[in-house]
Amino acid sequence: MQRFDRVTGPAAPLLRPNIDTDVIIRAERLVGTPKEAMGRYAFEVWRFRPDGSEDPEFVLNRPPFRGAPILLAGPNFGCGSSREAAVWAIAGLGIRAVIAPSFSDIFAANCLQNGLLPVVLPQEVVRRLACQVEADPDHARITVDLAAQAVVGPDGTAHGFAIDPDRREALLLGLDDIGLTLRQAEEIAAWQEQDRRRRPWVWLGAAAR
Amino acid sequence: MAKTLLDKLWQAHRIASAGGGRDLIHIDRILLHDLSGARALAEVAEKGHSVPHPELVFATPDHGVSTAPGRTAETFPAGALGVAMLREGARRHGIRLFDLGEDGHGIVHVMAPELGLALPGLSIICGDSHTCTQGGLGALAFGVGSSELAHALATQTLRLAKPRAMRVRCDGRFVRGTTAKDVVLAAIGRFGAGSGAGCAIEWAGEAVVALPVEARLTLCNLSIEMGARIGFIAPDETVFAWIAGRDFAPRGAAWDEAVTAWRALRSDEEALFDLDLSLDISTIGPQVTWGTSPEHVIAVDRPIPSPDQAPDATQREAWAAALAYQGLEPGRPLEGIRVDWVFIGSCTNARLSDLREAAAIVAGRTVDPRVTAWVVPGSERVKRAAEAEGLDRIFRDAGFSWREPGCSLCVAANGEAVPPGARCLSTSNRNFIGRQGRGARTHLASPATAAASAIAGRIVDIRKPF
Repeated sequence: MQRFDRVTGPAAPLLRPNIDTDVIIRAERLVGTPKEAMGRYAFEVWRFRPDGSEDPEFVLNRPPFRGAPILLAGPNFGCGSSREAAVWAIAGLGIRAVIAPSFSDIFAANCLQNGLLPVVLPQEVVRRLACQVEADPDHARITVDLAAQAVVGPDGTAHGFAIDPDRREALLLGLDDIGLTLRQAEEIAAWQEQDRRRRPWVWLGAAAR
Repeated sequence: MAKTLLDKLWQAHRIASAGGGRDLIHIDRILLHDLSGARALAEVAEKGHSVPHPELVFATPDHGVSTAPGRTAETFPAGALGVAMLREGARRHGIRLFDLGEDGHGIVHVMAPELGLALPGLSIICGDSHTCTQGGLGALAFGVGSSELAHALATQTLRLAKPRAMRVRCDGRFVRGTTAKDVVLAAIGRFGAGSGAGCAIEWAGEAVVALPVEARLTLCNLSIEMGARIGFIAPDETVFAWIAGRDFAPRGAAWDEAVTAWRALRSDEEALFDLDLSLDISTIGPQVTWGTSPEHVIAVDRPIPSPDQAPDATQREAWAAALAYQGLEPGRPLEGIRVDWVFIGSCTNARLSDLREAAAIVAGRTVDPRVTAWVVPGSERVKRAAEAEGLDRIFRDAGFSWREPGCSLCVAANGEAVPPGARCLSTSNRNFIGRQGRGARTHLASPATAAASAIAGRIVDIRKPF
């Protein structure tokens, strides 16, 4: 997993509520597209017109925000399908952190598996950051600092955010969850041994079929 | 201390703390399909992990497969790779696969309950957000991404933060024409598409207890559209009777032991919920979505809302964009609007009871000639049972296309799509932009509303003659 420490740069404002993972990456792209190529199709229904040309009005196509490492988003961002390709697509655009008032649970979990940082800040704060960015799109910069657990706005104000300490550590070090869990293999096996007696019907195997 | 059903389900699977605010949770069943399942198996192989419990893992291809009569995995060539990867991964690890055309094959959330793979009290995951469907049996069932799926394949566990407990109590009596689908759409409209974020929803109340099992699966299916990764209903005698004798359900003494344990799976009387909501069912009529989020929903006879009525500026903008995408004007009701396509299918509404409900309306009538109407059964068993009672005949005689099981037009990942600009009345779960095809306009509704609308060629209020 890619490490996340601190990112500074332009932040693209896309505050529409309930942006779903179908809009982020179309289902037809899930078939046969390698992980690394997903960025090409990120937000394609908005980035491109029906004839395939870029829509210059769409925020991620506007020069100050093209390639921006930070996305400012609306509530319930990433709702809908569990497709992890939504995260690969966003990361493929060069975005490292998404700041929103709330995220879908599955999307947020998928972000954390891929070194994309989902930052929850109150809606008023996200709106204020978006206003500051829009006021001076060519120069406004935002910093997302995971070590300090803070977002620093264009006006220099720091906004603290919460994150599970375990998750934070894993992101700072780029650690993969499977490795951590396999360290608990003995504990898992012991629990399963007891569970076979406690809930025998769960344990399909030789006895079933 | 009084416990919620969530507390009990969580406790029953908690192996240890996983550090931070997370627990190490045991996963009892892992379900794989041809998109996320194939990816997760590939990831396990790349990282050199093994699958220690293949006997708890089951696979079926449903997303990237054609549903044309006589289809094979190659009928939709772009999807063939995912199916091949799923077959190969299943073979390599000794995972039971229910393949196309076989007894047991189907949309994963239809076939798993049907086979008794899903049982009360089990923790069940799939790389699919609608896994919450299976909470209708009283399971702790939820969707995950492919990385978490790979984690579970390699360790039989997940590192999870316990969600907050939300209860939605549904009281009152169903009015004629209202189904579980209408109730859950109305709940999403009332509480919002993000209202369940971070929560597990327990659907409760007299109206829920009165529901047959298949309707409970429909209700729980849309928990995710309210933002909740998990939704469930306390299992009861209705569920036990439905499960008894299914292929992978326990038998004999093991059955008795299981049922005794399952009877304890209910929230204690005094249990407190983090969020406790209620809904009066007797006020809910047939619902149809108007916009591009499931929360954009109204009763079929109510006027389409104007962006001016939106609660704030961002919503106003979102509503205006949704109306523009859908090609709708505020102020008029949805009832009467012309439809081009009708889709009866998906993990929401493609079980036998859904097809019966639709067939009862269709019988002896014909689909409006301007409408393309499809029925895609949820599983091979649903298809065979429907054919055995002649439902396929009723649909075909009326002018519906009767197809092979799969996700089909719910997600349009298999080459099947509603054309740009066409309006589709659909029994599926998502009306997102482009969900059913580029530029396709989706209206979600119950099977009864969909069936009647196919006949009339326009959106119908099934409480009125059409």
